[in-house]
Amino acid sequence: MIYLDANATEPLRPSAREALLAALAVTGNPSSVHAAGRQARRMVEAARESLAARFGARPADLVFTSGGTEADALALYGLGAGRRVILGATEHDALRAAAPDATVLPVDRHGRADLDRLAALLAQGPALVCLMHANNETGVLHPIAEAAAICRRHGALLHVDAVQTAGRIGTSLAALGADSLAISSHKLGGPAGAGALLLTEAAAAALAPLIRGGGQERGRRGGTPPVAIIAGFAAAAEAPLEADRLAALRDRAEQAAIAAGAVPVAVEAARLPNTTALSLPGVAAQTQVIALDLAGICVSAGAACSSGKVTSSHVLEAMGLGPRAGETIRVSLAWNTAAADIAAFAAAYATLAGRLRRAA
Amino acid sequence: MRIVVAMSGGVDSSTVAGLLAEQGHDVIGVTLQLYDHGAAIARKGACCAGQDIHDARRVADHLGIPHYVIDAEARFRAAVMQDFADSYARGETPVPCVRCNQSVKFTDLLALTADLGASHMATGHYVQRIDGPDGAELHRAVDPARDQSWFLFATTRAQLGRSLFPLGAMPDKATVRAHAERLGIQVAAKPDSQDICFVPSGSYADVVAKLRPDAAAAGEIVNEDGAVLARHDGIARYTVGQAKRLGTATHDGATRRIVLALDPQTRRVVVGPRRDGTATLRLREMNWLVPPATLRCTVKLRAREEPHPATVTPDGAGALVTLDTPALPAPGQACVMYDGARVLGGGFILG
Repeated sequence: MIYLDANATEPLRPSAREALLAALAVTGNPSSVHAAGRQARRMVEAARESLAARFGARPADLVFTSGGTEADALALYGLGAGRRVILGATEHDALRAAAPDATVLPVDRHGRADLDRLAALLAQGPALVCLMHANNETGVLHPIAEAAAICRRHGALLHVDAVQTAGRIGTSLAALGADSLAISSHKLGGPAGAGALLLTEAAAAALAPLIRGGGQERGRRGGTPPVAIIAGFAAAAEAPLEADRLAALRDRAEQAAIAAGAVPVAVEAARLPNTTALSLPGVAAQTQVIALDLAGICVSAGAACSSGKVTSSHVLEAMGLGPRAGETIRVSLAWNTAAADIAAFAAAYATLAGRLRRAA
Repeated sequence: MRIVVAMSGGVDSSTVAGLLAEQGHDVIGVTLQLYDHGAAIARKGACCAGQDIHDARRVADHLGIPHYVIDAEARFRAAVMQDFADSYARGETPVPCVRCNQSVKFTDLLALTADLGASHMATGHYVQRIDGPDGAELHRAVDPARDQSWFLFATTRAQLGRSLFPLGAMPDKATVRAHAERLGIQVAAKPDSQDICFVPSGSYADVVAKLRPDAAAAGEIVNEDGAVLARHDGIARYTVGQAKRLGTATHDGATRRIVLALDPQTRRVVVGPRRDGTATLRLREMNWLVPPATLRCTVKLRAREEPHPATVTPDGAGALVTLDTPALPAPGQACVMYDGARVLGGGFILG
């Protein structure tokens, strides 16, 4: 099996597995006063310090959550009171479903936020703007630093979903100039089950909790934290970036697909190094995904519902791709993808394109 | 042999997948998402997929076969649900299962079967495909109580040639359930599905009203002379031969009235005493499974009724049917021709 669906979840990094297993052997609730509690708390706080340093926040302003979806929800509900919510048109459902009445900020044909439009919207009153650093389906990067400057000028808050960039390219709350940043453990090679919301000092002070519970995380997120998963999360985040190596492999996969008849999406935009979205004209995306799966290659298309049904992509539709939106698959390389994996993908893709385009 | 199995999540298609996998075939399970289940049961926040889709996935996992859910909602809405509502608006009584078989299953799913490099598609239908001297033939199921051949009359010979119906030869449903038990299929005891799949609440008139409000508009119930006897709340609630829902028009003295005709233009339901019916009817959209020719055969005008002896003559894309004994055909229903157990073809009854 060749796994090219890292944007869904990354394989567990060996360093994360080691930290996870070591921490699983430790008994203790970080809230307890005794030695066992202190031992657990030490692990959580070490992870907090390491992750905060890596992603540009003070440790005191990092809130552990159950994952990226909860981190997004915490930013939305915790910072959004009294503000109009503005969502990029290509945001993840973690935000779209949580803010159905939000104002939608359009994107250009490359999938990048329309900043002129943003400025116009912000002139209308206080807002919370949510933009993802990189899109999960296309890998396209929003101009976050520019958007942050516009938000600052208008007194708006900016929440950035950095779930796809964390661990792949440099991403930092401070460097981007955002007010909050969501990251997720399993998207950077850690175990699933933890995420974090990083905030500026001012945003952290203003944050209202979603879950009060026992007052953990300084009252910002109740519930006993999953100590071992958090330890694995922090260990995974320490891995060096492999952007150049992955970009070279991604380009090779993309060139092979183009030679077989594919049209890649948004190649002119700045993108994640590991991601390409490939349209195969006339061939339904779900057919491509199934045919590749039967050939032993794991890729994805659109957004999969919990039933497994693949729906057409709101991201590609927002980019104005028309029928191509239903004919596009996502290939996303994992931290451990090797040249041989790309060669196998290229061969399988050429076979499927030859058969399906003839049939179409 | 690579075979795509259309899995509904019920015991029949699950057993088909299990039997074919047991025989060593390279089985691929596919479940069609036909409509938004959450919207259909009108519960906010409910999943778009019903329990059946989850059941199909669990069965496929148990059998160790790959399984995919195909989004066929747009196609199903256009080819089946809209046709269903339009048919009622024309004063007909449609058969959505035939439309679904014609479009989503035996056209689209067979195309996917070819795309995935599979030679055949298997379904849980109770019919038999028998290979005769001129290719694949469609025959009634061995178990007459389960036979679904009436619903599959529109399957073309080319489609039949690429289809497998392993349950058609089963002596009865108990045998199928026994196979399911033996294969460890969890849904072995699941009850049979009922009625029309996209009307889970049972109120098909509500579905029609949403798609074709005109078919749900109030109108008059009149006798054959045009005298108004009562009011109705939509011709979609009536079918020729029906005796219910006639209100104050139910009886004419001691005689019980039934629906004789539906007029979509005037939105009138015409009622009167039960008649002998008609001996001749015209069919549209004929599908011939034998070379078209005038032939003596039996025909079934409804899914569950005894066959009528008849003579059928081709007429362009349609046909003329002369029944030996008059009957009450309902426009929009299918008229399916049989020679004993073999299906010769069929068409839709014209009003």
